[in-house]
Amino acid sequence: MAETLLDIRGLKTWFKTDDGMVRAVDGVSLYIDRGETLGVVGESGCGKTVTARSVLKLIDMPPGRFEAGQILWRGRDVIPLSPEEMDKIRAREIAIIFQEPMTSLNPVYTVGDQIAEVLRQHDELSRKQALSGAVDMLRLVNIPNPQKRVHDYPHQFSGGMRQRVMIAMALSCKPQLLIADEPTTALDVTIQAQILELMQEMKDKLGMSIMLITHAMGVVAETCQRVVVMYAGKVVEEAPVEALFGNPRHPYTQGLIRSIPRVDRAAARRERLEAIPGTVPSLLHPPVGCRFAARCKYAMDICVREMPPLKEVGPGHRVACVL
Amino acid sequence: MSETLLSVKQLKKHFAVSGGILKRTVDRVHAVDGVSFDIGKGETLGLVGESGCGKSTTGRCILRLIEPSAGEVWFQGTDVTRMGHDALRSLRRDMQIIFQDPYASLNPRLTVGAIVGEALQIHGLAKSRKAMEERVVELLETVGLQPDHLGRFPHEFSGGQRQRIGIARALAVEPKLVICDEPVSALDVSIQAQVINLLEDLQEKFGLTYLFIAHDLSVVEHISDRVAVMYLGRVVEIAPSRALYDTPLHPYTEALLSAVPIPDPTVKRKRIMLQGDVPNPIRPPSGCHFHTRCPIAKPDCSQRDPELLEKRPGHWVACHYRG
Repeated sequence: MAETLLDIRGLKTWFKTDDGMVRAVDGVSLYIDRGETLGVVGESGCGKTVTARSVLKLIDMPPGRFEAGQILWRGRDVIPLSPEEMDKIRAREIAIIFQEPMTSLNPVYTVGDQIAEVLRQHDELSRKQALSGAVDMLRLVNIPNPQKRVHDYPHQFSGGMRQRVMIAMALSCKPQLLIADEPTTALDVTIQAQILELMQEMKDKLGMSIMLITHAMGVVAETCQRVVVMYAGKVVEEAPVEALFGNPRHPYTQGLIRSIPRVDRAAARRERLEAIPGTVPSLLHPPVGCRFAARCKYAMDICVREMPPLKEVGPGHRVACVL
Repeated sequence: MSETLLSVKQLKKHFAVSGGILKRTVDRVHAVDGVSFDIGKGETLGLVGESGCGKSTTGRCILRLIEPSAGEVWFQGTDVTRMGHDALRSLRRDMQIIFQDPYASLNPRLTVGAIVGEALQIHGLAKSRKAMEERVVELLETVGLQPDHLGRFPHEFSGGQRQRIGIARALAVEPKLVICDEPVSALDVSIQAQVINLLEDLQEKFGLTYLFIAHDLSVVEHISDRVAVMYLGRVVEIAPSRALYDTPLHPYTEALLSAVPIPDPTVKRKRIMLQGDVPNPIRPPSGCHFHTRCPIAKPDCSQRDPELLEKRPGHWVACHYRG
């Protein structure tokens, strides 16, 4: 049995707004084992990004607050930790990369300086050593001509190259867990393929775990071992990747998979896509019962009245649906 | 193929890059660099390519939202590029556009009724206020919105609903050709399927012709009869959807297709990894623009421009060594 690195239990991260409390993450439990890639999928506003940021406590509080739950990082709850202790975790153990690399890099420092800063936080290094470490990191993520590029500023890199720089920076602290929040959403497909391959390569080389936050089912299918599907602040299904795509049990997961046009399916061409009717419910006043009930074609009376708990339907396969 | 509705011939758009104190033109971006294609009546032509390949600029040049630098755009027997102001205005009754960003393309200070009704007013298509309102309600119902949405403002709608408003606005003048510029890229997958299905229904109902511009190959494959692939301002391949996806001839098309993630973990494919990024369109590579990243490039590819030739019936490709 693999060691569990991260274990989130019943997490509720809510936000206070003028209109009331937004229950962005409303009772989420998930775990990540050492060396595995967990995909967290769902559409905009399902709470996947807030869950990821909660792990590193990158949520502005207020307006946000942890209403309930635990985030166990190697057995220790991070929620009560002091900012200094969090800094240590962020510097050495968990790294995060974001969707838009331009906004997460500092435009007035060279990428070399930025990577060197991370390296120096991690180890006692001279400026020179840190800079040569930065060159090594750039080389590791396949940036051509790293000795020269280390002195360039973020704006001198293309989108794909910037994401490589971000990955280099994230990996500089030799993390045990890399949280990748929509790392390829802003990129073109050919560049996306490069970045996903790079992440895979880095994972194999450094033996870290990855929590991949994405809305793209294709990306999940190709990179993850296990998947958690979120809808309106809750986990609706959790399964090994083969089971999730081969035998999706939650009507929302089924809908998500069927609503995507497939390049590889000649027969499916020009057939109607199976759209999910309606839209995501407001998290200000989420429905009492199953949050998907209003859009679900199988919904029954009980679905509107009670929130179904996650129950085991196969090895490692859990689903929150009465059916 | 049926009767040709739109014929684009050697369309070019060069944007000036100014620099220096005097803001003189120091360079030109060859955004669209000699693009030609036809669209038959009732057909959907997909236009795909990565960011910066010139696909959106091509779409806008056809409508003359951007003035083309050279080339011809024949629509129903007249050259759009030579039209005067009045002719252009009546042309826009026949040609409409749907934009990517449903948040930015609707005036936030107008009600939905006013947004959709505006075109009716401009073209004098409604005899009275009452007639206009009736027509707007009819249009809203056509795109799946409620009649009581008439008096609401864009911010009260979700992304998918806003895109429906944009579609209703385009349909108001009963166009023949609709240019869809990334109409579903900003939407979540479940909503994306709703909008794609709607576009297909409307095409059938009103006999519309679409130029469907998108970067997502699976969506384009799904909706298009034929697909044109662009790279750095040029069309590198045009073929019926099926032929393009089953037997891509151009190495770029091949790489692009192989980079699309498939939402099925049991499908294992050989991925053609393209090295590096798309070159700068200010100084595109000589000869075949793709030769710097092409896996099968030979020395003369940098010398000679490949012509777009019909290598198989209906299947055109611009490559010296394929087909």
